[in-house]
Amino acid sequence: MSTPKVLIFGYGNPGRGDDALGPLLISEIEKLGLAEVELQTDMQLQVEHVMDMQGRDIVLFVDADVSCDEPFEFGELKAEKDSSYTSHAMTPQALLHSYSHVLNATSPKTFLLRIRGERFELGDELSSSAIEHMEASKRFVLEFLNRSDE
Amino acid sequence: MTDGKPENLRRIAVDPVTRVEGHGKITLLLDEANHVHEARFHIVEFRGFEKFIQGRPYWEVPYFVQRLCGICPVSHHLAAAKAVDQLVGVDQVTPTTEKLRRLLHFGQTLQSHALHFFHLSSPDLLFGFGSNLEHRNIVGVIEDFPDLALKGVKLRKYGQQVIETISGKRIHGAATVPGGMNKSLTVEERDRLLGDIDDVLGWASDAVALNEKIHMEHPENHGFGSFKSNYLSMVGGDGALELYHGGLRASKPDGSNIFDQFDYRGYTGKIREEVKPWSYMKFPYLTDLDRSDGWYRVGPLARVNNCDFISTPLAEAARQRFKAFAGGGFVHDTLAYHWARMIEALHCAESIKELLHDPDLLGSDLVVKGEKREEGIGVIEAPRGTLFHHYEVNEDGTIKKANLIVSTTSNNTAMNESVRSVANEYLDGNEITEGLLNHLEVAIRAYDPCLSCATHALGKMPLEIELLAADGVQLDRVAKGSNGTIVRTI
Repeated sequence: MSTPKVLIFGYGNPGRGDDALGPLLISEIEKLGLAEVELQTDMQLQVEHVMDMQGRDIVLFVDADVSCDEPFEFGELKAEKDSSYTSHAMTPQALLHSYSHVLNATSPKTFLLRIRGERFELGDELSSSAIEHMEASKRFVLEFLNRSDE
Repeated sequence: MTDGKPENLRRIAVDPVTRVEGHGKITLLLDEANHVHEARFHIVEFRGFEKFIQGRPYWEVPYFVQRLCGICPVSHHLAAAKAVDQLVGVDQVTPTTEKLRRLLHFGQTLQSHALHFFHLSSPDLLFGFGSNLEHRNIVGVIEDFPDLALKGVKLRKYGQQVIETISGKRIHGAATVPGGMNKSLTVEERDRLLGDIDDVLGWASDAVALNEKIHMEHPENHGFGSFKSNYLSMVGGDGALELYHGGLRASKPDGSNIFDQFDYRGYTGKIREEVKPWSYMKFPYLTDLDRSDGWYRVGPLARVNNCDFISTPLAEAARQRFKAFAGGGFVHDTLAYHWARMIEALHCAESIKELLHDPDLLGSDLVVKGEKREEGIGVIEAPRGTLFHHYEVNEDGTIKKANLIVSTTSNNTAMNESVRSVANEYLDGNEITEGLLNHLEVAIRAYDPCLSCATHALGKMPLEIELLAADGVQLDRVAKGSNGTIVRTI
């Protein structure tokens, strides 16, 4: 079985309110049964996720963000050394930086979709605004995938 | 830890500690002679665990508790599953279920230990505690030791594959059900895991060898943040290292037993949790001793010290070298946590291989039923140490009361003691220096404390360090920027 050329990777803790936005968006997209797209989730990014990126043309990370504009922000990522190396979790930019060193290869084109969230405490429910932001994000991802096919 | 009067002390606060899971804060209370009289390592995220669980149906608990932590969700899942077994009246699961759970647990411990050593601690050990902070990180290791970094990545990946195979997915997997497991392992799944296991064994062996070399070649590390302590862990009925199920053994610093083969369901008779006004975390101690000297350490150092042997040959040989280092007695070096952690990683790799060749693993007899009970207690040895899950249920099956003692809580006093020891050695004057910060973080990281975060939303990781006088007046404050730069902000 060949590796799908597009990977969409949502990360966040489903038990912490709007931090669930990344994995939830993946669940929504999963229902659509898209071909040639692999969907993955995890609580947080770690260096072994470079192996998930291997062999892709496009990688799209999806995360909740308290500081981005509503409903979401989207952009291409550049590899970057940053302070996330000093944590149990990594940023996607840091992961991208690690990719070339660990696998000795050029990384795939990588994007980050930051969905605006409001509350992140353990046990919080998803906020109503987060649900709206997720719907808008879903529409955007589908457009993004259509554009990628062209 | 203090024997003096805190009101006469000055305070230095360091907040938060980096490269541990979640957020922490250190407060150092100095006496007039500038000695660190008391160290307080605050972990602010621990509040709310029990409240989060109360009111949930008991059968959902093993799934909910996975959300407590992004690093060891499987440990919480399995501890809760063992407690739920008791709630449904099951004291003995089927051989297939027990082996599937053990396999899951070994996969979890392997990946967690690999993360800690290769990605969080190896930069300190390979580059030195005082080396350039910009390079002393996992990327520095990747750049300078690419082969080592790749082994770490692959070890973690393999552990994750074991988890994913048994649980169905990476997060929110559905591994256990009350009294059993959700699904069998197929021959294809087993064979896929067997495909890489010899490489995994080789990488884990290399990691043990590297730790032995580092510890032997750096005698200055031996006393770093170190002290003699009691130790608590589970052991098998025959005294073997045991990560999934066994009796509790507590030992004194000289290796003699405080108690042994204690049924963990009676833990409240052996462990009491002291509350202190300055911390959300509790301070457990052994009731066979008094409050002041009943605290103990858990985790890899405790387990490898406490056990009589390890059941797998390569890890047992490594344990014997570990014991020989201390002349056959207990190893008390705090930085030997890393060494013990890799011995356990090797044991996990060997145990995974053994289990994958065990025909019971492919069985289909997965669930046992029993008579419902009102109380269930599950204990496992999580990567960071002994993990207790204790639940009482209402008649309608919802959780009435929950008590969790997580590994980091058990190590609470020990971490404070290590911080005090290191601060006394490296604090110079009234300023928080980068050197002091680095050394404090190295000492805390040895315990691999999990501060229960897993929220990592971008833009939510501030770092502030402040120096406060005893009357609360701020004397100094330092901010650590997102790019790692340190700026004095007072």
